Amino acid sequence: MPPQEPTERHTIAVLVDNEPGVLARVIGLFAGRGYNIESLTVAEVDHAGGRSRITIVTSGTKMIIEQIKAQLDRLVPVHTVNDLTIEGPSIERELALIKVRGSGEKRIESLRIADIFRARVVDSTTESFVFEVTGASEKIDAFIGLMLPLGLVDITRTGVASIARGEEGLLIHG
Amino acid sequence: MSEKMLTGAEIVLKALTDQGVEVIFGYPGGAVLPLYDALFQQNHIRHILVRHEQGAVHAAEGYARSTGKVGVVLVTSGPGATNAVTGLTDALMDSIPILCLTGQVPTHLIGNDAFQECDTTGITRPCTKHNYLAKDINQLARTVHEAFLVAKSGRPGPVVLDLPKDVQFATGPYTPPEAVEHRTYRPQLQPDMAQVERAVEAMAEAERPIFYTGGGVINAGPEASKVLTEFVALTGYPITNTLMGLGAFPASDKRFLGMLGMHGTYEANLAMYHCDVMINIGARFDDRVTGLLTEFSPGSKKIHVDIDPSSINKNVAVDIPIVGDALATMQAMIKVWKDRGYKPNAQALSKWWQQIDQWRARDSLRFNQPTEPGSIIKPQYAITRLVEATKDRDDVYITTEVGQHQMWAAQLIPFERPNRWMTSGGLGTMGYGLPAAMGVQIAHPDALVVDVAGEASAMMNIQELSTIKQYDLPVKLFLINNQWMGMVRQWQELLHGERYSHSYSEALPDFVKLAEAFGCVGLRATKVEEVDDVIAEMIATKRPVVVDMCVDQRENCFPMIPGGHAHYDMLLGPEDQAEQPASEEGMVLV
Repeated sequence: MPPQEPTERHTIAVLVDNEPGVLARVIGLFAGRGYNIESLTVAEVDHAGGRSRITIVTSGTKMIIEQIKAQLDRLVPVHTVNDLTIEGPSIERELALIKVRGSGEKRIESLRIADIFRARVVDSTTESFVFEVTGASEKIDAFIGLMLPLGLVDITRTGVASIARGEEGLLIHG
Repeated sequence: MSEKMLTGAEIVLKALTDQGVEVIFGYPGGAVLPLYDALFQQNHIRHILVRHEQGAVHAAEGYARSTGKVGVVLVTSGPGATNAVTGLTDALMDSIPILCLTGQVPTHLIGNDAFQECDTTGITRPCTKHNYLAKDINQLARTVHEAFLVAKSGRPGPVVLDLPKDVQFATGPYTPPEAVEHRTYRPQLQPDMAQVERAVEAMAEAERPIFYTGGGVINAGPEASKVLTEFVALTGYPITNTLMGLGAFPASDKRFLGMLGMHGTYEANLAMYHCDVMINIGARFDDRVTGLLTEFSPGSKKIHVDIDPSSINKNVAVDIPIVGDALATMQAMIKVWKDRGYKPNAQALSKWWQQIDQWRARDSLRFNQPTEPGSIIKPQYAITRLVEATKDRDDVYITTEVGQHQMWAAQLIPFERPNRWMTSGGLGTMGYGLPAAMGVQIAHPDALVVDVAGEASAMMNIQELSTIKQYDLPVKLFLINNQWMGMVRQWQELLHGERYSHSYSEALPDFVKLAEAFGCVGLRATKVEEVDDVIAEMIATKRPVVVDMCVDQRENCFPMIPGGHAHYDMLLGPEDQAEQPASEEGMVLV
C-alpha cells in the first residue's frame, strides 16, 4: 500500500443479527486486520426481528475503507453494510455526559457556556454539575475543550449514531 | 407431540447422515462421550481415529480437497479444540470446507474454568469462516445444517460447532435439511453481466494476455476446470496457475506456463510482468505470487473474478472486478466471447508466444543430476523419477508438507486434472501432508496416494503413521531427506549470510526402522542408481511405505524471487546467488 494515499473518515452502519458474539466478530475483524475504530456504538434496533445496528466511525485509505466494508459484509450474521459517508447526506449525533466541579465564578461560567451549547443540567450538587450535551462530535469536542479549565472531572460519550437524510430506511428492506 | 424426540448426540449424527457424511476424523474425550456413544450405535458414518487433533483436521482437508465434499472432524473440548486450531486456520487460508464438531463442558459450567474447558468459539472466531455454540437443543439440527451450508457455499471454509455436553444428552426434535434458507448469508454466484461484457471486450483487444488462475477454479468443481480448459483453447492465450490452482488446467497443454510466483517458472513470471491484459480467475494476488507490489505487472489491465468481494482490491487494485462463482462467470464470459464472434488478435498473439517461448527456452526448472553410479541424489531427480514411474496411471494423488520439497513437487509434477494435489498453500503448515494423504486415501482406497515430504515437516505429524497402519491405508510417505529444514537453510544461505541458525536436525530417526516400528514398510535410497528401484518397490507394495530418499543437503530451490523483489528479479540458479545481496526491506518481507 503506498503510504502517501490520503486517509478518509467514514461512518459505516452495519445491521446484524443480534446473536452472541456478533460484536466480538466485528471488533475482532478490526483488531485482527489492523483497521482503526474511532467510534463504535451498538444497540438493538429491531426487537421483533432480533437485529442490532452497529455504527462504526473508521479511517483509512480508499482501498482500506473498501476492504473494511467487504470484510464486514462477509461476516455470516451481517445483514447489510452501508457507508453513510458516501451514500448521500446523513446526520451524525453523539451524546455526552460531562461532570464539572467547582465554585464561584467558574461554576457560573460553566453554566453560561452550557447554555450556549444547549447542554442541559441533569444533576447538580452545590459543588458540581452534570451536563448532557448532544450534537456532532466536533461540537462535543468543543464543549469539552471549554469545560477543561472550569473543573472538568469526568466525561462519558455514547459514540456516534448516524442516519441517512431523506425517506429511505435501512431497517425496512424486507 | 407425536414427533420423535432424539438426544442431541443423535440429532447431530442424523444431521450428518442426512448431509451425506460418510466419514469423520476424530479423537474422543470427556466432553464428546455422548457423541461417541451414539457413533457406536449406528452404521452410517465411519469414524477414523487419528493420533492428534491437528491430524484430524488435515485428514479432513485431504478428504475434502480430493472429493469436493465437506470434511468432518470430531474432537473434544479444551486441548482437543486448541489442537485443531492449526488445521482450522489452514482450511481458512486455503478455503477448504470443513465442519469441526468440538465438545464443550456442560452449559452451566461454561465460564467457570472447568476441567478441559476453553473458550472454543472465542479462540476459533478468527480462524473459522463462522462458528456456533449450540445451546438450544430445539435449534440443534438446524444449526448443523446451517453449518454445512456455510462451510461449503460461497468461498468455502472451516466452521466450528461447539457442543456442550448437556446439549448432547438433552432430547429434542429433529429438523431435516430441506432448503435451510439462511437469514443473512447469501453468497453471490452469478456475475454482473455488464462487468462480464467489459472483461471479455478487454480480453478480445488484448495483445499480450495471460490467464492467472487459482484455487477458486478448483473449488468451483471439476466442471469449472473443463470450462477453463475450453476457454483457454478458445482464445489460445497462455495460462499460469497458482500453487492452489494446479490441476485446474492440464499441465501437458502447451499453453500452460507452469506455476507462477516466488518459485514459479521464468516464463510464467515474466509473462505476468509484461502482459497487457491479466485474467485472474479465483486467485487472490497473494504476496507469494505478486512479489514487490509496486512492480507487479505494471502495464496490464486486470480482470479479477472472485466469489469473495473482500479478495478484490485487497492487495492489487484491479480494473474490472467481477464477483461471482468461477464456473458461472467463465460460462458467462465464454458465451459473450462466442456471441460476439470475438477472435484473438492472431498477429499480436503469435508475437507474444514467440516471446514466451524465448523465456521458456531458459528452462528455469533444470537441475544437474550426476549420473555416474554412487552419485548423490538430487531432490528434483527423485521427484521426476516418481513422476516417470507414475505417468501412466490416472489414480495418483499427491500431498506435500511445506518447504523446498513442496516447491519442487509443485514445479515438477504435472497435474492433468483437479483435486489431485493437496498442499498447504496459505498457511504453509508443516505436518500437513501425512494426515492429508491419510484423508485422501480414505476417500480413494485403491488410489496411489503419495506425500512428497520433507523429513522435518513429516516429523511434525509422524504419529499419524499409527492411524495409517490401523486402517491399512497404503499411503506412501516419500521423504526428500536432506536433514535440514531446507527452505529455512536456503533463506539463511541467500539472505542471512550463511548463518545456519538452528535449521539442521542433528538427531533424526532412522526412518526405515521408524517405519517398521509403526508396522509400515521402510525403504531407503542413498545413491542415484537406487532411486528407480526404490520407487518401483514403493509402488508395488500394497501397504503403507516410508521412503527415505537421502538427497543432496545443499540443493536450493530455483527459480526464486527473493522477498520484496519484482517478477523480473529472479534467481535462476546457484550462479545467480552472489549477485543479489538481499535488501533489508526484502528480509523484512519474509
